[in-house]
Amino acid sequence: MDKRTSEREVIAELRDGMTIGIGGWGSRRKPMSLVREILRSDLRDLTIVSYGGPDVGLLCAAGKVAKLIYGFVSLDSIPLEPHFRKARQQASFRAAELDEGMLQWGLLAAAHRLPFLPTRAGLGSDVMKINPELARVKSPYEDGEELVAMPALELDVALIHMNRADALGNGQFLGPDPYFDDLFCLAAKRRFMSCERIIPTEDFQKEGSIHTVKINRMMIDGVIEARGGAHFTECPPDYGRDEAFQKEYAATAKDPAAWQTFWSTYLALDCEADYQEAVRRR
Amino acid sequence: MSNATEVTRGEVCAVAVAEAFRGDGEILASFFGTVPAVGGRLARLTFAPDLLMTDGIATAVETTPPVSGKPSEEPVFGAWLPFRTIFDVVWSGKRHVVMVASQIDCHGNHNFACIGPFEKPKAQLLGMRGAPGNTINHRTSYWIPNHSDKVFVEKVDVVSGVGYDRAAELGERTARFHDIRRVVSNLGVFDFETPDHSMRLISVHPGVSVEEVVENTGFKLVIDGETPESRTPSDEELRLIREVIDPEGFLNREVTG
Repeated sequence: MDKRTSEREVIAELRDGMTIGIGGWGSRRKPMSLVREILRSDLRDLTIVSYGGPDVGLLCAAGKVAKLIYGFVSLDSIPLEPHFRKARQQASFRAAELDEGMLQWGLLAAAHRLPFLPTRAGLGSDVMKINPELARVKSPYEDGEELVAMPALELDVALIHMNRADALGNGQFLGPDPYFDDLFCLAAKRRFMSCERIIPTEDFQKEGSIHTVKINRMMIDGVIEARGGAHFTECPPDYGRDEAFQKEYAATAKDPAAWQTFWSTYLALDCEADYQEAVRRR
Repeated sequence: MSNATEVTRGEVCAVAVAEAFRGDGEILASFFGTVPAVGGRLARLTFAPDLLMTDGIATAVETTPPVSGKPSEEPVFGAWLPFRTIFDVVWSGKRHVVMVASQIDCHGNHNFACIGPFEKPKAQLLGMRGAPGNTINHRTSYWIPNHSDKVFVEKVDVVSGVGYDRAAELGERTARFHDIRRVVSNLGVFDFETPDHSMRLISVHPGVSVEEVVENTGFKLVIDGETPESRTPSDEELRLIREVIDPEGFLNREVTG
């Protein structure tokens, strides 16, 4: 089945109030062209699940986020994401802050269709206080140990970005870390993968070892070719982080006028191609 | 080079961090901050050769790349350690992390998540990151480059890393892997080897008085008799820090004196 589609078609499918998982990690290999399409849409009241980077910062700044489920939000080379910080300090969304390993466990529970998975992480910390819905579970075996029952993080939609994909929905990462993109897909009802290049299936092994084809086509409903689609986050070996652009983006958190300019220059555009053109022109 | 007056505060701090890793064996040493990065490398090049380190991305590095300056050798990479494997390492306990702290209390409760009430913080900081899981699963130490009563506080605003009082409430079985080894600040070295596991001053860095530590600490420290001076680097350790690990002296930018 040919699953090729576009950012516009994918985001048109989404509805207000949905729970959306976003792959990548910090400012690394984020499906930014899909995030930018959300920014251009009328969608609102979203619950976002993410190892957060500028995806979260941008969605916060645009007022799209009702609830955020996360362990951190960082731009890596800029440790604190300024737009996320601003939104947090204004209490503009519900913050479900977890240990970053608990987030993995919640995705894995959803992937395995389990109601929860037990973990020691969280016990004794304020994760338990700030997430009052988190319950404990007692081991039914001799040890009787008390653990956290990390609930499944069931997603309506997962958005991920890969280096290469084929039209069938197989996906390949060529950088150092697959992050948790496969778990985001397994935890979601609808799964969309953007990629730097769509290639013929037989070309995967010219690009990297078989182990790098981490995403299989059963995990994917739509494939979008988006060159530079992770910009300004890194997407090695195709490109590194655009640090100058990231700095420009980060600086706009301090100044509403600068944010307005950034918004109209790069985001309030017709489509992803216009964004890429605006980035090239600067 | 053996003249102790020439030794910088940063170098003393690095030795104190290195000492925290003594006896750890073959585990992953992770650190945040420059002084811990120097201290961890120093431990590995001297008395803790089995420590595993990463390149900071996704691979173990079997050489010891410098913190500053030009590497004298090509790095040799060992095993692949993507984040998923790191989480497995955390939960299996084969790790000792040195984390920074925005606040810490007398029981070792730690905060780098946010300042002020969680619901509407005055300052959002790093968030929970891996602190809850780290502290309940494996050995943890803390590095604090700016010792003051704003950091060493009576009560932390949010608990990201679990302290000894909270670990005790969980019971012996659940808390059996909880272990805060050391707190190293720019003024001294601390541990929790007291009957109720409250923080104890174990040494002051050369040039620092006990009074100065007490004045800059927002809770009552345990102080047993005479407090010794922190160990200064040996000639060989000083050579390793200055010529091999950190030739450009990045650690002296993180802590002055």
